[in-house]
Amino acid sequence: MSLALQDYPNPDCFDELIDDDGAPRPHARALFDHLDSFSETDIQERKAATEAEILSMGITFTVYCENEGSIDRAWPFDVIPRLIRAEEWRTVERGLKQRTRALNLFIDDVYHGQNIVRDGVFPRELLADSRNFRPECVGIDPPLGVWAHVCGTDLVKDKDGRFYVLEDNLRVPSGVSYMLENRLVMKRVLPELFESYAIAPVDDYPAQLRQCLASLAPVANPQIVVLTPGIYNSAYFEHAYLAQQMGAELVEGRDLVVGSDDRVYMRTIEGLHKVDVVYRRIDDLFLDPEAFHPESVLGVPGLMRAWKKGNVALANAPGAGVADDKVVYTYVPDIIRYYLNEEPILPNVPSYRCVDPEECRYVLDHLDQLVVKPANESGGYGMLIGPKASEEERAEFAERIRQDPRNYMAQPMLTLSTAPTLVDHRAEPRHLDLRPFILSGRDTYVTNGGLTRVALKKGSTVVNSSQGGGSKDTWIIDGKGA
Amino acid sequence: MAMLSRVAESLYWMSRYLERAENTARMINANANMMLDLPRDIRPSWDSLLTITGSEETFGTRYSSPNEGQVTRFLISDAGNPGSILSSLRAARENARSIRDILQREGWEHINELYLKAMARIPDSESPKRRFAYLDDIILSVQGIAGLIAGTMSHDEAYEFVRLGCDLERADMTTRILDVRWGDLSPDAKESLKPFENLLWMSVLKSMTAYHMYRRHCQTAVGRDSVVKFLMEDRLFPRSCHYCLRDMQDALNHLPQGNCVREKLSEATALVQDEEARRRTELRRFIDDLQVKLGEIHDALSGCYFDVEKMSPQQKQPACCNA
Repeated sequence: MSLALQDYPNPDCFDELIDDDGAPRPHARALFDHLDSFSETDIQERKAATEAEILSMGITFTVYCENEGSIDRAWPFDVIPRLIRAEEWRTVERGLKQRTRALNLFIDDVYHGQNIVRDGVFPRELLADSRNFRPECVGIDPPLGVWAHVCGTDLVKDKDGRFYVLEDNLRVPSGVSYMLENRLVMKRVLPELFESYAIAPVDDYPAQLRQCLASLAPVANPQIVVLTPGIYNSAYFEHAYLAQQMGAELVEGRDLVVGSDDRVYMRTIEGLHKVDVVYRRIDDLFLDPEAFHPESVLGVPGLMRAWKKGNVALANAPGAGVADDKVVYTYVPDIIRYYLNEEPILPNVPSYRCVDPEECRYVLDHLDQLVVKPANESGGYGMLIGPKASEEERAEFAERIRQDPRNYMAQPMLTLSTAPTLVDHRAEPRHLDLRPFILSGRDTYVTNGGLTRVALKKGSTVVNSSQGGGSKDTWIIDGKGA
Repeated sequence: MAMLSRVAESLYWMSRYLERAENTARMINANANMMLDLPRDIRPSWDSLLTITGSEETFGTRYSSPNEGQVTRFLISDAGNPGSILSSLRAARENARSIRDILQREGWEHINELYLKAMARIPDSESPKRRFAYLDDIILSVQGIAGLIAGTMSHDEAYEFVRLGCDLERADMTTRILDVRWGDLSPDAKESLKPFENLLWMSVLKSMTAYHMYRRHCQTAVGRDSVVKFLMEDRLFPRSCHYCLRDMQDALNHLPQGNCVREKLSEATALVQDEEARRRTELRRFIDDLQVKLGEIHDALSGCYFDVEKMSPQQKQPACCNA
């Protein structure tokens, strides 16, 4: 048989589709029965067809390089889907809704009464030092009281086969376009498989996003725009894609102007047109040179002014990133209990806060077993992976932690789950994570599944596309499959 | 939904840069051909091409002498010359890239491919033997892209901006070429070139692929006045100034606003049509006037459609159009 599951290495972790005895899990049986019927040529053909589809559909991501400024690369995609049972997903979905509801209440509180600080649940000094706390946002009431409208929460499975929340991305999370395109590719390349499973569709995301954004405006048919930093941004493909799919206008900062009436307009060949909702994909600090970095040319002077007056809705709201902080993350279970009076449905990865002297001591004593993360970096920058670091690196990092304990948290090394991934002609286990997207407007919506990212290098746990990661289609399946 | 000014501007410049690359390629090939027909000792120097493209100064800072090798390299592949063919193709591609959601996929792909191909084959452009084919290929590729756009893109507002950019760039290049060739042949120019005057005017026609159409539509010998008249006034030749200006009028009729541009276009058209006598006696000053008018048309387009920042939200109309 072509996929040679009997040779599938028994990984020392949880595998999504294969059990400890090397047999497909019940819900994956139909998938492997089907793949088994393929000859090696079949598999190679499907793989080639996938690559051709991806090229011709123009699914690219941008990598920075020296000569040309940037270059578009085809999106690395694996044809073996990742399957998640609907029963399991329904719990995750409830957990994600609970989490974003609490996070939104937290952000709103932080910019208003700060009750959570007053009640001693969240330390005041953490807010004072937070790099993503925006004093400019204090006292502002965004529409519906929602700050984080689009949230990308990273989930991982540990050895026990349970989902854990690794982090919440509330600034400008990306990847949703690849989730949508992955499904399209799968439908074209392996249509027969869709007969065997009842797979929850994903393609209503753009409509849901539009509805979420529209719910932020007081008018019936609001003018929505997607604000992009431009063609050199690594997620430009996604910005253009979402704008197109939503029927919104894709704009750059220079396309918008804030009038002396504190309203936002876009420059068209017919003059200025009022804009009601901005789905911004530019970081806070570049959003408005009047309010933040004065030298930034990406943003729109006066945008904050218009937002504060309630003349335009910004998604995500400026300042929402205050909850997108790896130290704040460690408080999310408490935040859920505090605002909702509920137990968290989805657990955090166990974490140590260096701001707590006792936990900090533990971290410093066990650096060789822990992953240490700075509060506000993203994309895996500035981390220490203890077990893989040298003695000097650990010593140097320990010094950094002592200098600025508030800026660090630590977690035990997780053993990320794996799933069979096509490598040459064989299925091999590769580590993966999952990024579902949660929309919060008048209603809350969670994507059916999300973007599964795969570390294509053997043994690697780095799933970022800029560092050799790829992706898989993620199927939420009802029943066991035929 | 009204079109974003930035998008309109990108379409306009994409089109101008493509046309510029094509025109520069034509000009170099025509010049090289003409040189071969002239006796070695009286060949005008290659620097007249620098004058046409208004790039003598940039050239001077980068090269030592305006010989064939240096001038062609400067005009074809030099990334330090913003007017070189490759710089133009690159700029066209960057503009196209930023409006990929507006342009049809094939449009973007062909522009991208043309740039990559032109880059990869730079060594061909440096060999006098292969240069002709290299440039000819660029001309045909740009024509192919223009055909693709005309034949497969909806003739909506986006298309009108492509048309405006192409027409203006063409009219501009036509006046530039006339200007310089007139310089070569003005009364105080070398007496020795006189016998070859017709040859030079023929090369002017050829640099615009106008020779055959001239032959068919003008039953006169190739001479200065008749060539200038053809390239200025002909109603049917798509590279004549008059044709370009009229085509712009037509494009504008499909766009909102634009009265100030129309006004400038009328002025330029009047100049082209009514000043035949003046062209005979003071061609150079006439062309200067016309170039100023073309510049004003560009400024009016910018003011009307691209520089919308000049309008205040209360005004909601570009300033020039209320005038």
